[in-house]
Amino acid sequence: MSGIGTGYDLSATTYSPDGKVFQTDYAQKAVDNSRVTSVGAQRSREAVEKLVVSKLLVERSSRRIHNIDRHAGICMAGLLPDGRMVVNRAADEATNYKSFYGEPIPGRVLCERLASYMHLFNLYWSMRPYGAAGLLATYDDDGPALYLVEPSGVAHGYFGTAVGKARQAVKNELEKMKLGQITCREAVVEAAKILHKVHEEDGKPFEIEISWVCDESGRVHQKVPAEVLAEAEAAAKAALEESDMED
Amino acid sequence: MARIVAGSQITDAEYMRDISLGTTIIAVTFDGGVVLGADSRTSSGTYIANRVQDKITPLLDNVYLCRSGSASDTQAIASYVQYYLAQHQAELGGPVRVETAAKLAMQMAYGNKNMLQAGLIIAGHDSSGGSVWAIPLGGTLLKVPYAIGGSGSAYITGWCDKNWRAGFTREQAREFVRAALRHAMARDSSSGGCVRTVVIDSNGADREFIPNTKLPPTYGELAAPA
Repeated sequence: MSGIGTGYDLSATTYSPDGKVFQTDYAQKAVDNSRVTSVGAQRSREAVEKLVVSKLLVERSSRRIHNIDRHAGICMAGLLPDGRMVVNRAADEATNYKSFYGEPIPGRVLCERLASYMHLFNLYWSMRPYGAAGLLATYDDDGPALYLVEPSGVAHGYFGTAVGKARQAVKNELEKMKLGQITCREAVVEAAKILHKVHEEDGKPFEIEISWVCDESGRVHQKVPAEVLAEAEAAAKAALEESDMED
Repeated sequence: MARIVAGSQITDAEYMRDISLGTTIIAVTFDGGVVLGADSRTSSGTYIANRVQDKITPLLDNVYLCRSGSASDTQAIASYVQYYLAQHQAELGGPVRVETAAKLAMQMAYGNKNMLQAGLIIAGHDSSGGSVWAIPLGGTLLKVPYAIGGSGSAYITGWCDKNWRAGFTREQAREFVRAALRHAMARDSSSGGCVRTVVIDSNGADREFIPNTKLPPTYGELAAPA
């Protein structure tokens, strides 16, 4: 970003001469630097790993995954308060849609509406883009789906993707998997393995949060049952130790 | 209707009264679709403002609406619902369900119930088959196997209850609708004219128009001159 300090980064309504909007880029950086790695994979589950901020913090008291509707959930990466604004908006969109049209909001529509909402904050000098990105998991008549909504207002559907600090390492792992062919239960284990693996180096304490929306959960978005999570974490740790032995 | 204006009594001419669809409307489900039907009389008092009115309004390719009550109110509701459904269809990028159309119409009817005089029947076909939705005066939304509405419906409730069958074929359902309308039009002074029907199934909508002269005589009526 060569333009820093040239005055082109003071407002989201100013382009730099080479066609960039720096405020938008900075917001994306807030997400990329967040010490949270979110993984999502279609069919359809989300996982999140985060650093424990303090030893005094009660376990599982800071949550990254939120319910939007029965059939939809979102995992927010980046600034926590910004993420909460997006989550609240998503829940409002879902309930409004249902009361107006009498049916649950389709994932694609919810994703589009969230993207439009996020994009709004890139259009006015008086506002700041959200420093948060959301992995949206839905299950509707078209089946399960995963979307990533970014601070710029860009949104895409994915078979699997990751955001946050270790996103590249996670994406490399995801590309090796046969996404779309494994069951949700298998995917939970894989997600736990990946998150433990990418977190091995820094040795800091962390917590894993995993939710799913699949046939096994009755197409309802919910935290995975405690025993499923425990199983997955045990498998992940075992896999790590195994690979340590090989070294 | 008599009105007092500045102390003097002025009686409105018949043709100056509210234009209403003193009507008979009906919609029936059958195996694989629905049939809608309506007479074609529009009255202003005892004056027939239109004898070939179309009271069956399309909301979507696969959903139609039968209107009864005030002609202006129901036209306005229909055009609002058409507008919202077009927007919804664009956002969805695919076919809209009948229930969604019905729910939207209900929102219009219920949200403005104090200003409206509208009795609606919505029927159509979607991925889950044919369905009929009735929205009577207060704005209740009811999913029903068949619905009748308008002033003429009072004369045929018993006939319909006796003759309606679950699992009608397409042609049985259409004949049921034609006969029900004929009976209502024979008894109800504000129903009459021609018979219009629409059949909606997985192949789309199929309109039928029966001119007054082609309607068989009902109960002692004289046949139309050849």
